Amino acid sequence: MKLNVATSPHIKSTDSVFKIMTDVILALVPALIAAVYFFGVRALLLAVLGIVGGETIEIFIMRYIRGVRDFKPDGSAAVTGLLLAMNVNVGLPLWVFITGLIAALVLGKHVYGGLGKNPFNPALVGRVFLLVSFPSYMTTWWAPKYWKLEALTTATPLGLLKEGGASAVNFSYSQLFLGNVGGCLGEVSTLALIIGFLYLVFRKRIKILIPISYLGVVLILSSIFWMVNPERFGDPLLHLLSGGLMLGALFMATDMVTTPMTPKGHLIFGAGCGVITMVIRYFAGYPEGVSFSILIMNSLTPLIDIYTRPKVFGEDMGVRGR
Amino acid sequence: MVKVFLANHGGAPAKLLVKEGDVVKLGQKIGEAAGFISANVHASLAGTVKGVEKILHPIQERPMEAVVIEKSEGVEEWELITPHGDFNRFTPKEVVDIIREAGIVGLGGAMFPTHVKLVPPEGKKVDLLVINGAECEPYLTVDHRLMLEKSAEIVKGVKVLMHALGVTRAIVGIESNKFDAVEKMKAVCRGEPIEVAVLKTKYPQGAEKQLIYALTKRIVPSGGLPLDVGVVVQNVGTCFAVYEAVEHGKPLIERCLTVTGKGVKNTANLVVRIGTLTSTILDHVGGFADNVDRVLFGGPMMGIAVRSLDTPILKGTSGITVLTKEEVKGPPQKSCIRCSRCVEACPMNLQPYLLDLLAKKRLYDQAVEQGLMDCIECGSCSYICPSGIEHVKSIKLAKKVYRALRGGGKK
Repeated sequence: MKLNVATSPHIKSTDSVFKIMTDVILALVPALIAAVYFFGVRALLLAVLGIVGGETIEIFIMRYIRGVRDFKPDGSAAVTGLLLAMNVNVGLPLWVFITGLIAALVLGKHVYGGLGKNPFNPALVGRVFLLVSFPSYMTTWWAPKYWKLEALTTATPLGLLKEGGASAVNFSYSQLFLGNVGGCLGEVSTLALIIGFLYLVFRKRIKILIPISYLGVVLILSSIFWMVNPERFGDPLLHLLSGGLMLGALFMATDMVTTPMTPKGHLIFGAGCGVITMVIRYFAGYPEGVSFSILIMNSLTPLIDIYTRPKVFGEDMGVRGR
Repeated sequence: MVKVFLANHGGAPAKLLVKEGDVVKLGQKIGEAAGFISANVHASLAGTVKGVEKILHPIQERPMEAVVIEKSEGVEEWELITPHGDFNRFTPKEVVDIIREAGIVGLGGAMFPTHVKLVPPEGKKVDLLVINGAECEPYLTVDHRLMLEKSAEIVKGVKVLMHALGVTRAIVGIESNKFDAVEKMKAVCRGEPIEVAVLKTKYPQGAEKQLIYALTKRIVPSGGLPLDVGVVVQNVGTCFAVYEAVEHGKPLIERCLTVTGKGVKNTANLVVRIGTLTSTILDHVGGFADNVDRVLFGGPMMGIAVRSLDTPILKGTSGITVLTKEEVKGPPQKSCIRCSRCVEACPMNLQPYLLDLLAKKRLYDQAVEQGLMDCIECGSCSYICPSGIEHVKSIKLAKKVYRALRGGGKK
């Protein structure tokens, strides 16, 4: 009989890229439910378009442009699509959304060689592409109107803070926590995002030190600035609960491909995101800096990896002839 | 019939002592150690030498000489080592001589000649003997079984080794899932200077450096040996063989091994003569189940896939694992998604994804800088990888190429 010969190990865990991506999508479901609850079924439409559209675009790119005829979807494009949907407002015209999706997958991923090769988070590349190309569509905020879609616009908490200082922010913390505010689909309900995050932690699908250091640094910095000038800088809770911070820290900054590989690297990455986010929120022209901070730290990932190489077991004990 | 490799240990193959037609007794020396790092080889059957065959060696991966012995009728007659008996009568040097004479090697799988480990080089001081009862691999249960059934003998073997090394302390490390073995060994070790320590059950707890660290917090230097931190490690099976050799004069002609995997009809722990053909052992337990993919010497994580069922077992064969097509199935191969699971999993704190990358780009010097030669090939990274990347495969190849480029070629 014919015996197979191969190198060890001969058994493998049953984990796969597809299963990881499925878990990330499942983890975003609570946030999606919250989005549908507050913004109406159009939110669901955008999410489904993101998932289906993302995979369709990727299959097209892989099979007909890159020539991998037997390409099978691995779920990563669906995650990119869903995250992009979470990063836009509910009233965004569909053609604009699809343009962003194509930008995300082409400019953010496949020009670098596809899965695992992209230096920047593709969904954020798509978001920033839209932000620069269609600023008015991207910054029109829709008031949560439960099941009705009304063309009312409202300001976001951070927008109000930037314009009129902390006293102009007319949202309660419970509103911010549960999600009854204007903003992108995925950034309104902190509660829903945390539920999804806990699922990922439970399934061990996440570089958990990144959000811890990211949110930790935001908490520390915002506390310091709050003590200096509460009216101008706003309080820590406002900063933690509003804008894209939770979505960014829990789901975007933890993207596997574009973040460092070691625990120390994760801490540095998260801390860097935290500092840059707060600098933009306080001093730059934009009210929010989560996307930019993550993209900037993405570009530093290779450098962080080089400087956080773990000590090999026994390395300190003096290397002998190898 | 047995086919006993002359290269049944790490180091130089033994020199052949018999020729076709010779009648040999059980335990008669048929191969003489060729140098210090080498070991004697003994007849594992009483019978007639049928000749010397060149057979593909599962570890050396090239045809090597093996002595073919056909069993003769009747009761097997032993040829025992002289002298032997109560170890207290012997000096440490005499004990080491008996162990060398018996051809004992590391039975955990590495097959390093035991007598070499018992004679530390000038300037190295050993103060602790560590006994490995952690069972190096999943699937295998041979050490567990041995600790249950031969605990008293193992402890005697430990005492012999302590005597030979001149150490006053020994620790037996056993994984927590083998609680019955822990109890048994604790009971037998009561009143002896031998401690039984319970280890967390996690792979690769049985790897030498990890075991020493878990038990003593001593860190073996990169590129170094346990000797560098004053420790000698022996497997429980080796302790049993040492006891048999010193007390009863039996050379190493048989060992215990686990036959396991979904690919065999029945699993078993057997006492098997060295040189028994794989097919003989498999037939004994009822043969293959359906859908067999590969047959391994050792366990599923570090075992070596054999090409033929005619391959005879070696002194270091701790198990025969037969895996089915379902068992060997991994995830579809993708690019690395940098999930960092391999970095978390590596017991040597290496970055397997990076070593794989550098090896594939043939940047061997850079790979060595990143700790390529420190890899113990435990397989944890390849096991855990969701992208189905075979880090160990590229690392093994890179190690070979690097050694060849440096002019060394040795294993």
